[in-house]
Amino acid sequence: MSVAFDEMTNADGSIRSAYATLSRWLSNVPPDVLDMRRKEAEFIFRRIGITFAVYGDSDAQERLIPFDIIPRILTGSEWRRLSRGLEQRTRALNLYLKDIYSRREILRAGVVPEDLVYQNPAFRPEMNGQKVPHDLYVHIAGIDVVRVDADTFYVLEDNARTPSGVSYMLENREIMMRLFPELFADNRVAPVENYTDELLATLKSLAPGSPNSDPAVVVLTPGIYNSAYYEHSFLADKLGVELVEGRDLFVRNDVVYMRTTEGPRRVDVIYRRLDDDFIDPLTFRPDSALGVPGLMSAYNAGNVTLTNAVGTGVADDKAVYSYMPDIIRFYLGEEPLLKNVPTWRCREPDHLKYVLDHLGDLVVKEVHGSGGYGMLIGPRADKAQIELFRAKLKQDPNNFIAQPTLALSTCPTFVEEGIAPRHVDLRPFVLTGSDRVRIVPGGLTRVALEAGSLVVNSSQGGGTKDTWVLEEN
Amino acid sequence: MLSRTADNLYWLARYMERADCLARILDVTQRLAQLPAAYGGSTNEWRSALLTAGCAEAYKAVHGDEVTEQNVINFLAFAPENPSSIRNCFEIARTNARSVRTALTMEMWETINSSWLELKRHSTKNMTREELARFMSFVKETSLRFDGAAYRTMLRNDAFWFSRVGMYVERADNTARILDVKYHVLLPDSEHIGGPLDYFQWTSILRSVSALTSFHWVYRESVKPWLVADLLILNAQMPRSLTSCYQNITRYLDDIAAYYGRQGGSQRLARSTLSRLGNSRMEDIFQTGLHEYIDSFVTENNRLGSTVTEQYLL
Repeated sequence: MSVAFDEMTNADGSIRSAYATLSRWLSNVPPDVLDMRRKEAEFIFRRIGITFAVYGDSDAQERLIPFDIIPRILTGSEWRRLSRGLEQRTRALNLYLKDIYSRREILRAGVVPEDLVYQNPAFRPEMNGQKVPHDLYVHIAGIDVVRVDADTFYVLEDNARTPSGVSYMLENREIMMRLFPELFADNRVAPVENYTDELLATLKSLAPGSPNSDPAVVVLTPGIYNSAYYEHSFLADKLGVELVEGRDLFVRNDVVYMRTTEGPRRVDVIYRRLDDDFIDPLTFRPDSALGVPGLMSAYNAGNVTLTNAVGTGVADDKAVYSYMPDIIRFYLGEEPLLKNVPTWRCREPDHLKYVLDHLGDLVVKEVHGSGGYGMLIGPRADKAQIELFRAKLKQDPNNFIAQPTLALSTCPTFVEEGIAPRHVDLRPFVLTGSDRVRIVPGGLTRVALEAGSLVVNSSQGGGTKDTWVLEEN
Repeated sequence: MLSRTADNLYWLARYMERADCLARILDVTQRLAQLPAAYGGSTNEWRSALLTAGCAEAYKAVHGDEVTEQNVINFLAFAPENPSSIRNCFEIARTNARSVRTALTMEMWETINSSWLELKRHSTKNMTREELARFMSFVKETSLRFDGAAYRTMLRNDAFWFSRVGMYVERADNTARILDVKYHVLLPDSEHIGGPLDYFQWTSILRSVSALTSFHWVYRESVKPWLVADLLILNAQMPRSLTSCYQNITRYLDDIAAYYGRQGGSQRLARSTLSRLGNSRMEDIFQTGLHEYIDSFVTENNRLGSTVTEQYLL
C-alpha cells in the first residue's frame, strides 16, 4: 500500500492551504490544553445526552461515540466540486428508482442485469406501478465519500434507506463552537446549523396535494429502545414536529391520522426511521408491532408521503453500486462527476477469476453487508481467512464484490500519543425536495482511531470529527 | 399534542408526586412508631402505612400476614414487585421522560435522569434509620427539583397543563390518604381522644406534610383533630389541601379547554368536586365521619382521573 494522502501536510512537509490557520494553532497550543478541551467536550456530550451513557451504565450497548476535537477541513472549491457530484448522483438514484418501479427501461436496455433487481431482497414488488408523490424516492441520502489524493474523491457507498448520523454532524459543530471560538474567528467556516430548516422545507415540499396548504410532518421512530432514538428525538425537536411511534398513528379511509389530545389529526408527510419491513404489518412483516396497519394502502392512494419512499434499498446495495456510473450516464447523459471505487463484480466470470487470483491484494465485501462486517481485507488477512473467502466466493459469487485497498486520506487526530494522522471518510447528507436539492456544506467525518486502521464504523471503534468547509473571501 | 405525549407527561408528574408521598408516609410512620410506650405507642403503625399507601394487598401477596418495619420500608421504598414502590415510581417516571424528551425541558430531564442514577446508590436492603432518613430527604428534594424545574422552565401550554393536572390529582389523592392514616392507627382503648397519644398522632401528620408551622400561623391554637382536618381539606391557603388541589385542577383543565376551544366531562367533574368542597363544613364532615368523607373523595378523585384519560389521553 502506498503512503496515504494527508489532508493537512504534503509529502514535502509543507502545509496545505485549508489547514494553514489550524496547523499554526496546533503547534502553539500546549498539549494539556487540548486534553482539557477534549475532556470538556466529553463532559458536554454526556450532559446533552447524545452520549447514550446518560441512559444508565446498565445499558452497555448504549455508549458514547468518541469525538475528536481536531476538525477536518475542506476548501470551498473542493466542496463545490463534491457537492455537484453528490447532487448528480442523487438525481440519478431517483430516476433509477422511478424507472425500476415503472417502465424498467434500464433493464430492457441491458445496462443493469434483471436479476440484480428481481432477486434483490430489498426490491418491493408492492411498489410496481405505484406513483409516489412528485416521483421522488430518495429524499434524504447519505453518500459515503473517501479521498485518495488532492483531486480524487471516490464514492464508497450510497445510503438510500434511512441514513443516520446527521445529529452528530450538528452536535459536533455545536461543541466545537463552544470549545474553540478563537478558531472560528480565524476561519470562515460555512454554517451547518440550518440543516434542520432545510430538512423541514424539503419534507414540506414533498407533501401530496396542493402546495399551498401547511402540511403536517411527523418523525416516525421505532421507539426508545432503538439505538438511534436520540437522533430521532433530536431531529423532531429541531424540526418542531411530533415524534410519533406506530401506535400514535392510525389509518381510516386511506388517510393517516395521529391521535392527539384534540382528536385525530391528519398527517401528510412521515419521515420514517423505520425499515420497510416494519412499517405496515398488513403488507410486510405481520409480526411488526412498530408499524401502522394500513399505512401502505394510504400510501398507495397517494394520501401520504413516506420519506424515504418504500423500496429504495434496491438502489443502494454494493452490487448495484458498481453500475452507478452507467446509471448516471443512462439517465442524465452526463459523465459521473464523482468516481466509483473500481469494483470487480464476482457475478461476472472474468471478474471472479481476477478476484480469485488476487485475493491477497483486494477487499472483498458482501453485497448486502454493512457496518464493516463480513468483509475480507486481503493485505491484512492470513492464509486461512483468504481460503475461507475463496470457498465462499466459489460457492456464491453473486453475493460478493471486490475492490482494491484504497489508501484513504488521513487527517491530524488527537490520540493517546499526541497528534497523529488517522484515516477518515465523509458522509454528506443530500436532501431532495420537489422544488430543489439542498446540501449543507460538510457532513459527518468518521475517523478510524487506531493507527493504520481503515475501518471507520462506530460499531468498530471509529470516532467522529467536525467537518469544516471554508468560504473564500 | 399527541395523546401519548400528554399521557406520558400526566403520569410522569403523578409518579414523581407519588414517590414524594410515599417518602412522607414512611416519615410519618417512623415518627409514630418512635413514640415511647409510655405514650401508648403501639405496633400497628407499619400496617397502617401499608393501608395508607394502598399497598396492603400487594404486600400480603409477598410477605403474608407478618408486618415488620424492615419489610414495610423495603416494600414501599424499593421492592420491584410493588408497582408503586418509590424505586418503581422513579423508574416509570424516567421511562416516560425518555419517550417524551422533546416535550421536557433540559432541566426536567436532568432532574429525572440524575435522580434515577442516584437512586442506585441508596437501594441497599436493611437501611439504618439514618440512611433511611437521608434517602427520604433525597426523594423529597427530587420532587421539589422536578416541580421547580417544570414551573420555571416549561412553556405555558397544554404540555405544562397536563403535567400540572397529573400532579394535583395525585397530590389530592395523597393528602387524603395521609389524613386517613389517623383512621387506621386506632387509639388503644385506654387512650382518649385529645389525650397525649392522640395529640402526637395529629402532630406527626402535620409534620409529614410540612404543615406544622403553617398550622400555628393559621389557627394560633394547639393542635386539634378538626382543625388539622380543616387545614388539609378545606383551607385554600394550604397548598396541599384538597380545596387547593381542586382549585388548581379546575384552573388547568379550564386552560386546556380554552386552548382547545372545547369543554368536556373532566371540566364539569372538577368544578362539581370543587363546589362540593366549598360547601362542606367541618362539623358536617365529622358528623358523617372523617374516614367516610375521605373515602368518597378518593373515589371521586379517581373518577376524575379516568375521565381525563378518556377525554384526552387515549
